Amino acid sequence: MVDAALQQLVDQVQSARATKGTLDIRGGSTKAFYGETPSGAPLDVRPLAGISSYEPSELVVTVRAGTPLAELEATLAGQGQCLPFEPPRLGEGSTVGGMVAAGLAGPARAAVGGVRDYVLGATLLNGRAEVVSFGGQVMKNVAGYDVSRLLAGSLGILGVICEVSLKVLPAPPAVCTLRFELEQAIALKRLHEWSGQPLPLNASAWWDGMLVLRLAGAAAAVQAAVAKLGGEVIEPRLAASFWTDLRDQSDEFFTAAGEAVARGGTLWRLSVAQTAAPMTLPGAQLIEWGGAQRWLASDEPAEQVRAAAAAAGGHATAFRHGDVRGGVFAPLAAPLARIHRELKTAFDPDRVFNPGRLYPEL
Amino acid sequence: MNAPDPAVHTDPADRAGRQSAVVAALSRVLPAHALLWRREDTVPYECDGLTAYREQPLVVALPETDAQVAALLQACHRLQVPVVARGAGTGLSGGALPHKLGVTLSLAKFNRILKVDPVGRTATVQCGVRNQAISEAAAPFGLYYAPDPSSQIACTIGGNVAENSGGVHCLKYGLTLHNVLRVKGFTVEGEAVEFGALALDAAGLDLLAVVIGSEGMLAVTTEVTVKLVPKPLTARCIMASFADIRRAGDAVAAVIAAGIIPAGLEMMDKPMTAAVEDFVHAGYDLSAAAILLCESDGTPEEVTEEIDRMLDVLTGAGATRLEVSKDEAQRLKFWSGRKNAFPASGRISPDYMCMDSTIPRKRLADILLAIQQMEIKHDLRCCNVFHAGDGNLHPLILFDANDADQLRRAEAFGADILEASVEMGGTVTGEHGVGIEKLNSMCVQFSTEERTQMELLKRAFDPVGLLNPGKVIPTLNRCAEYGKMHVKKGLLPFPELERF
Repeated sequence: MVDAALQQLVDQVQSARATKGTLDIRGGSTKAFYGETPSGAPLDVRPLAGISSYEPSELVVTVRAGTPLAELEATLAGQGQCLPFEPPRLGEGSTVGGMVAAGLAGPARAAVGGVRDYVLGATLLNGRAEVVSFGGQVMKNVAGYDVSRLLAGSLGILGVICEVSLKVLPAPPAVCTLRFELEQAIALKRLHEWSGQPLPLNASAWWDGMLVLRLAGAAAAVQAAVAKLGGEVIEPRLAASFWTDLRDQSDEFFTAAGEAVARGGTLWRLSVAQTAAPMTLPGAQLIEWGGAQRWLASDEPAEQVRAAAAAAGGHATAFRHGDVRGGVFAPLAAPLARIHRELKTAFDPDRVFNPGRLYPEL
Repeated sequence: MNAPDPAVHTDPADRAGRQSAVVAALSRVLPAHALLWRREDTVPYECDGLTAYREQPLVVALPETDAQVAALLQACHRLQVPVVARGAGTGLSGGALPHKLGVTLSLAKFNRILKVDPVGRTATVQCGVRNQAISEAAAPFGLYYAPDPSSQIACTIGGNVAENSGGVHCLKYGLTLHNVLRVKGFTVEGEAVEFGALALDAAGLDLLAVVIGSEGMLAVTTEVTVKLVPKPLTARCIMASFADIRRAGDAVAAVIAAGIIPAGLEMMDKPMTAAVEDFVHAGYDLSAAAILLCESDGTPEEVTEEIDRMLDVLTGAGATRLEVSKDEAQRLKFWSGRKNAFPASGRISPDYMCMDSTIPRKRLADILLAIQQMEIKHDLRCCNVFHAGDGNLHPLILFDANDADQLRRAEAFGADILEASVEMGGTVTGEHGVGIEKLNSMCVQFSTEERTQMELLKRAFDPVGLLNPGKVIPTLNRCAEYGKMHVKKGLLPFPELERF
């Protein structure tokens, strides 16, 4: 069932292959800054748009890759449902395909899982110009390898994501945001204690001596947690805009970080063990995900940042940067680097798609 | 396109010679007691939970250290010998069926819990640790490991990783995939490798997502770091009876449509209820056409609120009887029947064949009614137990394997269920894996290009095809043969061909 929009993409891939050309897969181009520098002729996925099927009682939506993320989320909200992982919208016109390819998740990530945890199936246009589907539209599916989840965060190097099926959930009936004045080490300690208890913790953010905590779940559970945790309750509208600005990186921290990047600094995303001690790197920090995601705006050399992230059980990504000496993503151990090269060949033997976007050699 | 199975090129007459070569090579890297090759010693390894298929492995190896696993894999790689990793052997699809010219790598001795971190809420364990043992080790901290396959007292976390196991609570708490942070192990070449991280993501492609559920075909797992979650303060379960199957199926959709995600939502049909009631005496309603078990967990206030909402929805959906568990003992009693569905079936029939397909929830009643028609067509009985919340079916086809015609009819019955599931928009396996059991069904669910892409993915990890060869992805030839056998109206003639 190949329609005109899909057929056009297939034709473009075939012609790129025939001419040994390369393609730069694009949706809304809101994350063009992310990853290594894009190259290749633009392949616009946006004509491949629309929600293919959505049945709220199945908790599944199947949507074509070029569909605007805002449109999808509005449709879900109309049925009281949501994408719990809060994909960021880093500009106007983010698409569903870009959301999956970038694999970025927002404030609720630690509590609810990331993009790949909600991918149930995907249709891919691979480097042999074949349209292939993996996974499906059901919650449990172990037929064959889980190729669809591998696409989350793949930055388009394995092929063009054409359509995805996503698990969706009811929006939580009750939400409440609390604020605490706490220095970093104490804030992290509290977060870990609370996370070990049956509390409806949904998101956390620490910045500049302030811990902001979001509770979400059944009304009774949220009320009980508010009573137990104390802190200052933030007015709901103000709280909602705080979390949206954080998700979309338009809040005060990220605005300042953007200015630092313009001056030649780097905004690092450190993905580390939740319980890692406070990082002593110079620069401004914002901590999310109960300690597992630490944003650092710094002029520190890449080697130092990467070493600190590795010592904390994770890795560092040069999320926004002026100059990318040393690469955007942390280097891979030898066996993983080999598997990455082989996988690239398995999906895109002629290296048509997004050359070098994830790692220069892929 | 399928990887040439290196063993196929070896004349079976050379088995003895090959066996001595492998034993000699492995003796240099493993202690004598860690190697078994005499028939009387390898017989216990001839099958897994799918007992209908048996094969004697060339050698069984039981290494005790990472260094030994690495050395064993290096030796097997050098000799081009297939390696089939094995945990507790509880798998239901033959994923651990030995290769007759290969080494069965038992990881039973990797049974240590390395670390429980109550602050970070993780446990790092060796792959041979039992699923339930993780929750037991975490219990003093008020934590547990959420995925709970019915075999959890016996199955190992390494096997759970291989199969991406679910359980009765995975609608709310997720599958193995959602609860594992990191897998350490070895490549087919015997090189140490780490997928995932202690962080929530790792650099590069999400290889952990594809390694989980890969049925031992991409790498050998030796260590797993899992997430632990706080134990809910309380849980209560509703048992709801329905006078007909369609109403029960619709009730499942109604609960989800009401915005409720139950901690567990299971369905049993009348024959199944009768079989388990006789076995566990849980107090099930034997007159109901179907019963639903619907569980809520959380804080006491939360559970009270949710149970009330569930009762409203179930009443509105036409439940004929509703009973809420009064205490923990009664809740466990409700679940005991569900968790014993398989052994209970074993008591009422000489053999049973368990299917595992998943369908969209809204088709539950349709598939149940279709299965009733298939019972007539194949003249066999079928008990049905479902993870209704996520549409995962476990029809248990009852038959007597000593009667060749019954076995044939049971297999045809099973194939019909899988095909009906795919037609309804589902999948041939929700949690038990493809193994060898559902190779033919993979031909139905995936196109040639899709199966080829999976085969190429495997080769990216395992270029020669030494890890668990012959499982998960059917060869193109096999699918072609299956297509020919597959005559009109889904009637499958007796498969004369050697199947495995």
